[in-house]
Amino acid sequence: MATVATTYRTCPRSGLQFERQAEWLIKAHAFMGVVWLLIGGLLALGVVLTRWPAVRWLEAPTFYQVLTAHGLDMLIFWIIFFEIAVLHFCSSTLLRCRIATPKLAWLGFVLMVVGSIVNNVAVYQGGSSVMMTSYVPMMAAPSFYLGIILFAVGALIGCGVFFGTLVVARREKTYEGSIPLVTFGAMTAAIIAVFTLLSGALIIVPAWLMSMGLMNVDPLIYRTVWWALGHSSQQINVATHVSVWYLVAAVVLGAKPMSERVSRMAFLLYILFLQLASAHHLLADPGVSTAWKVVNTSYFMYLAVLASMLHGLTVPGAMEVAQRQKGYTKGLFEWLRKAPWGNPVFAGVFISIIGFGFLGGITGVMMGTEQLNLIIHNTIYVPGHFHATVVVGTTLTFMALTFYLIPVLFKREMIAPKLAQWQPYLFGLSMYFFCLVMMGAGTLGVSRRHWDMAFQGAALAYEWPGAAYLMMGLVGIGGVAAIVGGAAFIYITVGSLLWGKKLDGGATSAQFTPVKRAAPAVVAEGYGSSGFAAPGTFVLAMVFLVSFVLYYFINWKYLSTLWGLS
Amino acid sequence: MSAILPPAERLWYKHPIDRVEGTWLAIALTWCMILFFMMVGWHIWGKQNLSTETYRTTAEQYMAKAQAATEKYQVRTETDQEIPVVAPPPGADVYLVARMWSFWPIIELEKDKTYRLHLSSLDYNHGFSLQPANINIQLVPGFEHVVTVTPNQSGTYGLVCNEYCGLGHHMMVSRLYVK
Repeated sequence: MATVATTYRTCPRSGLQFERQAEWLIKAHAFMGVVWLLIGGLLALGVVLTRWPAVRWLEAPTFYQVLTAHGLDMLIFWIIFFEIAVLHFCSSTLLRCRIATPKLAWLGFVLMVVGSIVNNVAVYQGGSSVMMTSYVPMMAAPSFYLGIILFAVGALIGCGVFFGTLVVARREKTYEGSIPLVTFGAMTAAIIAVFTLLSGALIIVPAWLMSMGLMNVDPLIYRTVWWALGHSSQQINVATHVSVWYLVAAVVLGAKPMSERVSRMAFLLYILFLQLASAHHLLADPGVSTAWKVVNTSYFMYLAVLASMLHGLTVPGAMEVAQRQKGYTKGLFEWLRKAPWGNPVFAGVFISIIGFGFLGGITGVMMGTEQLNLIIHNTIYVPGHFHATVVVGTTLTFMALTFYLIPVLFKREMIAPKLAQWQPYLFGLSMYFFCLVMMGAGTLGVSRRHWDMAFQGAALAYEWPGAAYLMMGLVGIGGVAAIVGGAAFIYITVGSLLWGKKLDGGATSAQFTPVKRAAPAVVAEGYGSSGFAAPGTFVLAMVFLVSFVLYYFINWKYLSTLWGLS
Repeated sequence: MSAILPPAERLWYKHPIDRVEGTWLAIALTWCMILFFMMVGWHIWGKQNLSTETYRTTAEQYMAKAQAATEKYQVRTETDQEIPVVAPPPGADVYLVARMWSFWPIIELEKDKTYRLHLSSLDYNHGFSLQPANINIQLVPGFEHVVTVTPNQSGTYGLVCNEYCGLGHHMMVSRLYVK
């Protein structure tokens, strides 16, 4: 077996072992992610202050430009940079393995950096205000597409390095038995990422050629294939942030999965069915058959929704079991009351789980229902929904993970710990509010991606109800509050890296210490009540189900009052 | 901390399922089936299902058909731009043209009568967002989408473009009357 010159550092605070190459790769990807979060956050200010009807800050061309960049920087660049960092962490760090082909991994990183910059420059030059979706035949500058292509190739390399590292770990026997659940989840994300990025290549490359006048792309085919990139990339986020939920439950509370079988089956359902969601965006389109819509939009009978509902139970359930084992057994909810709410790593993740389920999950299923889609398609309800999934779900989770990584990975003491305690509440709860009022405005019909809801100067202007204006004003207020929360995160993170007290990195050695299996599970039956290991979580799940059922049928009720359509 | 450690037993798919999880799995699966069959069922019993009748077309072809239909059913014009208003008889084929950045013509329908509404775009993607009913349909260039509509409330509706279609997108708004 060839030995590779590298060292392993054992963090004295967490016991995690970081391989030197991997450590730098994780730091670099996470850092670039935060840079894009900062830029995307500044752009967000432009978006919300313009959509706030009483303010309407930016001029129309600037607004559309800023909105295009905001979408790309947040949904693609921030999240995927951070995800590659999570992939390297879940492979190299959790398996205590050297990273496969570190030089190639750095090449991937450089491509991602160059690609994201090239794309952003194209947007700021003007002439590429085509929104993130860049529906043909509307064309951006060729460098807009080229930037995305370079970035995607870099991300694909990152996924390849992740798979390579798994192979190396297995061959060099750095762990016993099966890979840990969190790594398994990350692997799910990486598999979905490969599908996503290849779909992206399949449509962005033709669009790039079209922008240079070399070929013609059918608008409907573009929409169909683009959304195999656009929606599936959000599924990478789901798989990744669910993995991080399990990770945080483990490191903060010492929770272990209730059953490996259920959690891993749920991840497998993601791989099998999540990709069908391209259909969610085509439900109001011409030219797509009903059967295709029904099968695809439901992820083939909602089996991916089932997977999320399972994770939504098993993550808090595992937390509850762990808390009960610590002795917080009174009633249904002592485990929850006595949870470490002052720890931003835990608080961020818990706020994320609840928001993702109640706000993102329920609305996602409503929107993805073939007929119900008619009453929300392209309204501001849609960004309301995906801010609940992507911002409350993914971004907030990644923020919480970053707080964990500052001492562990970056070896710095966190500055402003009080502010950090408040950050998940400020950011998470104002984001809840922001999503809710956006959905409220969308229910009243307000359009997304629209500069002026008053239609000034248009002869046949439509007068929105006063409630719609009120909602959009609240969107502005909620948005600004969330941006302040985001700024607090940037300040704490960047500030800690710059001025935080340096911490001891721990001993380094030339060899990894193989990862031992978990101790056999203690039978959990002794805890909880009436044979339920996690009765409190079950009650929460039932509350969730009731809200889901009510909201779902309220929308059908409204639909049934509309014009007949056939 | 076993979520970040290899599981105690190698064969994870043989692990026992906890009772909470088993119960929830059964409930969640049942709900998922209800969600699925609601969509199918609405096609049988529901009255709001978006038609999938679609024809490939070109801007010229579609505009020619729309012009012919508009001349046939025009009753008056509105605004300084003299946008024609068409009032087709029940059951007729009605054409709506979307282009940067206007809808053409203005349509006037009768309540509780059924029409075949043809929708297409001449340039980019546009949106058909009928307010305040909040019925939203995507308009894709090169495709003629025929939707059978039966308005059930009279009034003046706003017709808003809700797919971003360039710098004048927010000026693209029109009207639809139901008598």
